Amino acid sequence: MAGHSTYQPQNAIAKWLERRLPIISMMHGQAVAFPTPRNLNYFWTFGAIAMFMLITMILTGIVLVMHYTPHTSLAFNSVEHIMRDVNYGWLIRNLHQNGASLFFIAVYMHILRGLYFGSYKEPREVLWILGVLIFLLMMATAFMGYVLPWGQMSFWGATVITNLFSAFPIVGDPVVSWLWGGFSVDNPTLNRFFALHYLLPFMILGVVVLHIWALHVSGNGNPTGVEVKSEQDTLPFHPYYTIKDLFAVAVFFIFFLIFVFYMPMFFNHPDNNIEANPLVTPAHIVPEWYFLPFYAILRAVPDKLGGVLAMFGAIAVMFILPWLDTSKIRSMTYRPIAKVFFWLFVVACVALGYLGAAPAEGLYVVFSRIFMAIYFGYFVFLFVIGLVEKPKPLPNSITESVLS
Amino acid sequence: MFTQTKSRVRTFLAAATLAIGAVAAATPALASGDVVHIERQKWSFSGAFGTYDKAQLQRGFKVYKEVCSACHGMGLVSFRNLVQSGGPEFSEAQVKALIKEAGYETLDGPNDQGEMFKRPSRLSDRLPSPFPNPEAARAANNGAYPPDFSMIAKARAVAGSYPGSFLVDGLTLYAEHGPDYIYNLITGYKDAPKGHECADGLNYNDKFLSGTCIAMAAPISDDQVTYEDGSKQTVDQYARDVSAFLNWAAEPKLNERKQIGFLTLLFLTVLAGLLYLTTRKLWSGIKH
Repeated sequence: MAGHSTYQPQNAIAKWLERRLPIISMMHGQAVAFPTPRNLNYFWTFGAIAMFMLITMILTGIVLVMHYTPHTSLAFNSVEHIMRDVNYGWLIRNLHQNGASLFFIAVYMHILRGLYFGSYKEPREVLWILGVLIFLLMMATAFMGYVLPWGQMSFWGATVITNLFSAFPIVGDPVVSWLWGGFSVDNPTLNRFFALHYLLPFMILGVVVLHIWALHVSGNGNPTGVEVKSEQDTLPFHPYYTIKDLFAVAVFFIFFLIFVFYMPMFFNHPDNNIEANPLVTPAHIVPEWYFLPFYAILRAVPDKLGGVLAMFGAIAVMFILPWLDTSKIRSMTYRPIAKVFFWLFVVACVALGYLGAAPAEGLYVVFSRIFMAIYFGYFVFLFVIGLVEKPKPLPNSITESVLS
Repeated sequence: MFTQTKSRVRTFLAAATLAIGAVAAATPALASGDVVHIERQKWSFSGAFGTYDKAQLQRGFKVYKEVCSACHGMGLVSFRNLVQSGGPEFSEAQVKALIKEAGYETLDGPNDQGEMFKRPSRLSDRLPSPFPNPEAARAANNGAYPPDFSMIAKARAVAGSYPGSFLVDGLTLYAEHGPDYIYNLITGYKDAPKGHECADGLNYNDKFLSGTCIAMAAPISDDQVTYEDGSKQTVDQYARDVSAFLNWAAEPKLNERKQIGFLTLLFLTVLAGLLYLTTRKLWSGIKH
C-alpha cells in the first residue's frame, strides 16, 4: 500500500544521502505521497491529535523531571516548587496534568471511531492489536504518573489498584509485595513508579511506530468500509490530510488549553492537593475519570477476584474483537441493527464512567451490573448478528460513494 | 455540495459532542454523596478575565496574620511572594517592616558551635508555622490538626447539588469551589438544631464537609481585625477577603496564567481559522 515515492533527490547532499540511507524518499513515500482515501471524515483526525498529545506529554514530562524529586518526603513539595518557583513551571505542570486527560479523550475518540467503522477487521487485525497495546501502556503510564505528586489520591489510588492483584490465589500477596517493594505503598513504590513512568512513554512511542507501520501496510480504512480500489479513490496524504489534521489539532488544542489556563484543577481531585498520609483514608477513593468505566465494572461484581477478572476482561476482549465480530461489513453505516447496539455500547461506557465515581451501594451497583452486561453483551451480539444480519447495499467504490 | 458540507458539519458536531460526552464521563468532583449546600460567591478572580484584587489580598493577609496564623501554618508561601506581582503586592519595605513589627523568626543553623538558632526572618524565608510539628499542633488543639493553609483553597471542594453539574461548571469556567467553601464555612456557624448537638469541644456548622461538627470554633467576629482602607469590618467581609487570600496562596500564578491563556487562545483561534480556510480552499474542487 505504501505509496511509490515520486521523490527524486535534487541536490548533491540529498543524492549522497539517498545512496547510503534513503530516509528522505522513505519519509516522502510514507508521509507525503502516501495514498489516503479521499472520503475520511473528522473522526479520522483523532489519530494525529493523539500523536500531538503524546509528543506534548513527553516534552513537558522531560522538563518536569528536571525539577521533580521522587521521594515520599519531598515529592509533594517538589511539585509545588514547580508550580510556584520554577519559571513557567505552573504552565508545564498544568499542560502535563491536563494533557493526560485530553490524551485519553483523543484516544477514546480514536477507539470509538475504530469500533464504529470496523477498523479492526481483516486485514487490520495487527494494527488494531497494536492499538489496544498502546491503550494498555497508556493506562499503566497514566496510573503511575498520578502517583508521582504524592497527594492523598495518589497514595490511596496506588494502594487500592495494586491491592487488586492480591485477589489472585496463592501468588496474589507475593505479587503485591513485589510491586510495592515492601509491605505497603512507600518510597520504593514511588521510585519504581517514577522510573517506569519515564520508561513507558518511550515504549508507547515505539509501539506507535509499529502501529503506523501496520497502517501503512494495509492502508487507511474509510467511512464506507469499502477498500481502496483505484488511484481515483485516494489523495496524497500531503497536503490534503496534513492540513486537515493540523486544523483539527488546532481546534483540539483550543479545547485542551481552556482547561490548562482557566480550569487547571478540573480533572483533578481536591484531595490530591493534600500530601499523602498513610494514616488518613479519604472518604471516597476515586481513580482518574478515564479509568472510571473499568472501576465501575470492578465494583459491579460481588466477588473480588471476579471483579478483577471482569475489569481486565473488559480490556482483554478488545484484543480478540477482530475474531468476535463475524460480519464482513466494516462500516456500521451499512449495518442498521448493529449500529443501534454500537450506540448502546457507547451509552453503557459513559454510564459506567458516571457510576464509577458514585459510591458502590444500592441502585448504583444495580445499574453498574446492567451496563456491564451491555458492555460485554455488545461483543457477544457482534458475534451473533454477523451471522444473520442483512446489511444495506454497499457502494462499489469510494469514488462512487462520494459522487452519489 | 451543500448537503456534503452539511454532512461534514454534522460529522464534526458529532465528534465534538462525543468529545464533550467523554468529559461528561469525567470529573472526579462528581463523586456524589456530598450533601453540604455551598452558596456560590462573586470573586474578582473568577472567569476568563478575572484577576486578584490587590487590596482584597492585602486585607486577607491581615486577617490571616492576625487571626488564622495562630493555629494554621502556610509553609509553602515565602515572604518574598507577598511582594511579587499578581499577589498582595506589598512593597519590599512594607514586608521587611512587617517582619520586624510582628517579630517573625526562622530557625537556622547549625552555627559554628553546632547549635540551631533563631534569627529574624528574611524575604526568602517561608512563613513560619505556629507549631514545630503536627503532633505539637494536635496537642495544643484538643487532638484536632489545624491544616496548613498553603493549598487549602485547592484541597477543598464541594460538588454541585445536581448530577452532571460539573459539565455546567466546565462550560462556565467555574473553578472557585475552594474559596466558595472557605467563605461558607467561616460564615456557617450557628446554633445546633435540636437533636444535632455536637459533643464537647466541637462546634455546629452545617457547611463543614465531613459532618456537621467541627473542632474549630467560630474563628472570627465583627470588628476583630481593623481595616485601614475603610472596608466593612464584618465576619462576612473578613471571610471574603481571607478566602481570596487563601486562593492566591494556593494559585499564586493565576493572573499571569489567565493573561498568557488569553493571548495563547487568541493566537490559536486565529491559527485554527487560517487552517480552516486553507483546508477549505485545498479541498474545494475535490469530491470527498
